[in-house]
Amino acid sequence: MESSILSSILFATIVAGTPLIIVALGQLIAEKSGVLNLGAEGMMSMGAIAGFAITFETGSVWLGVLGGMAAGALMSYLFAVVVLTLMGNQVATGLALSILGVGLSAFIGKPYEAEILPTVGTVRIPLLADIPIIGDPLFNQQILVYFSWALFGAIFWFLYRSRPGLVLRAVGESPSSAHSIGYPVIRIRYMATIFGGAMAGIGGAFLSLFYTPLWVEGMVAGRGWIAIALVVFATWRPFRVIVGAYLFGGVMVAQLFVQGSGLEINIPSQFLSALPYLATIIVLVIISRDQNTVRLNAPVSLGQPYRPDA
Amino acid sequence: MWIRLERRPEASHLMSYASPAIAIVLMLIGGLLLFAFLGKNPIEGFKVFFIYPLSDLYGVSELLLKATPLMLVAVGLAVGFRANVWNIGAEGQLIVGGIAASAVALYFQESEGAHVLILMVIAGCIGGMLWAAIPAFLKTRFNTNEILVSLMLVYVAQFLVSWLVHGPMMDPDGFNFPQSAMFEDSALLPLLTEDTRLNLAFVLALGALIVGYVFMFRSFAGFQMQVAGYAKNAARYAGFSARRMIWIGMLSGGAMAGLAGMAEVSGPMGQITEHVSNNYGFAAIIVAFVARLNPVGIFFASLLMALLYLGGEQAQQYMNLPSSISNVFQGMLLLFLLGSDVFINYRLRWKKEVAV
Amino acid sequence: MTLTKIINKLALVALLGAMTGTGMAADNVGFVYVSPIGDAGWTYQHDLGRLQLEKETGVTTSFVENVAEGPDAERVIREMAKRGDKVIFATSFGFMNYALKVSKTFRKTAFVHATGYKMGKNMGLVNARFYEGRYLTGVIAGEMTQSNVLGYVAAFPIPEVMQGINAFIQGARSVNPKAELRVIWVNSWFDPGKERQAALTLLSQEADVITHHTDSTAVVQAAEDQGKYAFGYHSDMAKYGPTAHLTATTHLWGDYYVKTVKEVQAGTWKPASLWGGYKEGMVALAPLNKAIPAGLQGRIRDMEKQMTAGTLHPFAGPVIDQAGKTIVPAGQNMTDDQLNSMNYYLQGVVSKVPN
Repeated sequence: MESSILSSILFATIVAGTPLIIVALGQLIAEKSGVLNLGAEGMMSMGAIAGFAITFETGSVWLGVLGGMAAGALMSYLFAVVVLTLMGNQVATGLALSILGVGLSAFIGKPYEAEILPTVGTVRIPLLADIPIIGDPLFNQQILVYFSWALFGAIFWFLYRSRPGLVLRAVGESPSSAHSIGYPVIRIRYMATIFGGAMAGIGGAFLSLFYTPLWVEGMVAGRGWIAIALVVFATWRPFRVIVGAYLFGGVMVAQLFVQGSGLEINIPSQFLSALPYLATIIVLVIISRDQNTVRLNAPVSLGQPYRPDA
Repeated sequence: MWIRLERRPEASHLMSYASPAIAIVLMLIGGLLLFAFLGKNPIEGFKVFFIYPLSDLYGVSELLLKATPLMLVAVGLAVGFRANVWNIGAEGQLIVGGIAASAVALYFQESEGAHVLILMVIAGCIGGMLWAAIPAFLKTRFNTNEILVSLMLVYVAQFLVSWLVHGPMMDPDGFNFPQSAMFEDSALLPLLTEDTRLNLAFVLALGALIVGYVFMFRSFAGFQMQVAGYAKNAARYAGFSARRMIWIGMLSGGAMAGLAGMAEVSGPMGQITEHVSNNYGFAAIIVAFVARLNPVGIFFASLLMALLYLGGEQAQQYMNLPSSISNVFQGMLLLFLLGSDVFINYRLRWKKEVAV
Repeated sequence: MTLTKIINKLALVALLGAMTGTGMAADNVGFVYVSPIGDAGWTYQHDLGRLQLEKETGVTTSFVENVAEGPDAERVIREMAKRGDKVIFATSFGFMNYALKVSKTFRKTAFVHATGYKMGKNMGLVNARFYEGRYLTGVIAGEMTQSNVLGYVAAFPIPEVMQGINAFIQGARSVNPKAELRVIWVNSWFDPGKERQAALTLLSQEADVITHHTDSTAVVQAAEDQGKYAFGYHSDMAKYGPTAHLTATTHLWGDYYVKTVKEVQAGTWKPASLWGGYKEGMVALAPLNKAIPAGLQGRIRDMEKQMTAGTLHPFAGPVIDQAGKTIVPAGQNMTDDQLNSMNYYLQGVVSKVPN
């Protein structure tokens, strides 16, 4: 009884955290290269509609996920052209990209609002899924949940164990020195930004194909912003992105469980809804009090344009 | 063959005026394609979008009304942005300013006289500043990233106003609907002309633009902030206090956003509901950058932004276009505007090249 | 000054030209929607009414969707009045004060506002007694549940939502005194992800029949995925959960719109406050799922007739609240005033009212 509830809370937490992880890890790579793209909400919306529309037309969830990825990548390419080639302000361009993405997705999505897709089943890993309590939440999950973990592993290895990862970080730390050693700063930033967009697209497709298999205008409902916040919350460290996403998802899920259980809670439900945001601020304060963690991880050139004039 | 950007020896004066024009031309081309794609007559589309909203004085007054909060918020934010103080939570500060002003209005319900409005203005500014002071304090004390904290506080402010209008501020005679009582006349901003909704807040916004201009270009503090924005180290060597700049940047943004919140509840709303802001706090960030953080530019960019909102409504009514079309238009224009500024400092060169 | 006048005149000419081009000969009726029309939900139901109005009366209509419940609404409403729309329907609570304000300037235009409480010389008021349908779905839920636990995903604790929750448990307890109801507030009218999460939470807490008072189809879909039952709300949501969807409480505005417009055209319209339910044909259940036993289906049909006749009231006494206090003694029905100020749960609801 008790354990099954715990298991459902865990399961729900992981599902709720997954799109945040995928999007945030993508943005982490972009930000490590020094590019701050606040357009995640727009890129996710485009990923969500592209994923839904393509799956609906072709019947293949996989093509849908790929389509979502492509849509996100395309949006971030547009962003990259404006901020990297044309040196537009990154904050403002990101906001504009959000507006464009949310509007364009709603517009493209009109004909699909009446459509539905079958729910995609979970993928069960034999034996492991039989472990009590944690078996179901961890090993009988949506395929993209496993993808989010693999993505974490890959990004961790890339950033800290591979040479290209070192180059990427160098570009984010000091583009001018990276350039003088001979690295193509702009091209690397392009690639990192587009990778971030592609992940945002997959995150959006997760929403419209796995999380709630439907398309409606505004369905991303602020998750793009939360993903961006997570990256800073995690002080640009992949593992902390995972922890933060599950924490965020967990607080949201837990307050739903508390409400449903009928416990007497003499606090306004609005306060409960605000909890995850307050928690993020508090954790952020605790983390940033230790100057070193921030200084070691924050990309120094984040948000600043760079143009080699040689 | 590659098109290559090449730095101009010095910034082009011509281009700083021509680049918005280029952006608008690009957007017109984009819009043309969009309308053609939709099977609508593009000429009529443009008329509906850009001319109809201004077809009479009432339309113009609505444009100015819609632009007022954008001007206020954008000029406040620009002060901080010039020094790289990234307050992106103006939306939350606007809401809290609206709450504070409403609290005054509801407290003085029985009261006549100008003091109510004056207190509301002060309360609005202080409310916004309080909300902005949180990220400013955390930034200066713990070096906490202000982008994130100010953004998180937007959500908190939304839940705060939701709780208030469902609880303490709810109209006791309002059948439990989430809204406050309507304000008394003494708590409403006077109208500039009868039969429109344009009110004193527009004058306040113009004043704010002028004050902002003087501060940015004629005061030493404004100069310091500009230097800090361009060259952090130079500012440090010159002994400018980074903390002070963070406080000035955040508080000016908060105060103006709070004032905009006050102007909404005391102007066109006449009460407080959950819908104090219609994303003005975020739209104003774009306005500030489209305007290149210049108060004169902010005046025009706010008008343009407001026109895009009004045009979107008209396009729905007269062309049966979905509401999302105005977002698409906005996004497009803004991206073009933000991108085309590059030609101020760079020019295009055709060049054969092996690699970039 | 003269220049602006000339420009104004030119623009006006252009505007008039466009108007005659788009056919302003027939009477036009304006609709203000709070959200995108979509495929199901509150605004979708109103748009069905609009389409019925066009079909049956030959008037032209225009609408603006996704209008924020703030100052923008006044401009949209005024634009409609100014160009001469005969009737303007503002379909959300947040438009009330703005519609009232515009109605004072345009005395010849008829304004009708949905859900709210203010009226004017030329502004009427309409709402539907959604709780009547809720009561019937409660009866079905009380019979169909195995676990005796029901679930409800709700947006904000305003009276309309409280009426729905309480009618649902009244219905369920009328046939199954052991039934209990768990309520989760998501603090949003529309967030499919969160609605689904709340639904899954209820299902994991042993609820096996759930419903919602939010604006998406996510709750019905969640029940379908988990092999449990659900009721739709606003619209027939059967296609989002063919097995799970037992029925839905729907509201129908078309007849009312037609009647109002015809009255206005005939010059007989007087602003009134209509709170219409089964009797007025404004509330109905969507087709009943085959999973509901024939006997129960028959009883529901009978109850619908009684509701239409006015002999069955969802809040007929004794109505007892969560704390055990009698709100309505036996032999009486809850008054409309009591309904409109409902801010408590009735017996059978396990959750506590958030405050």
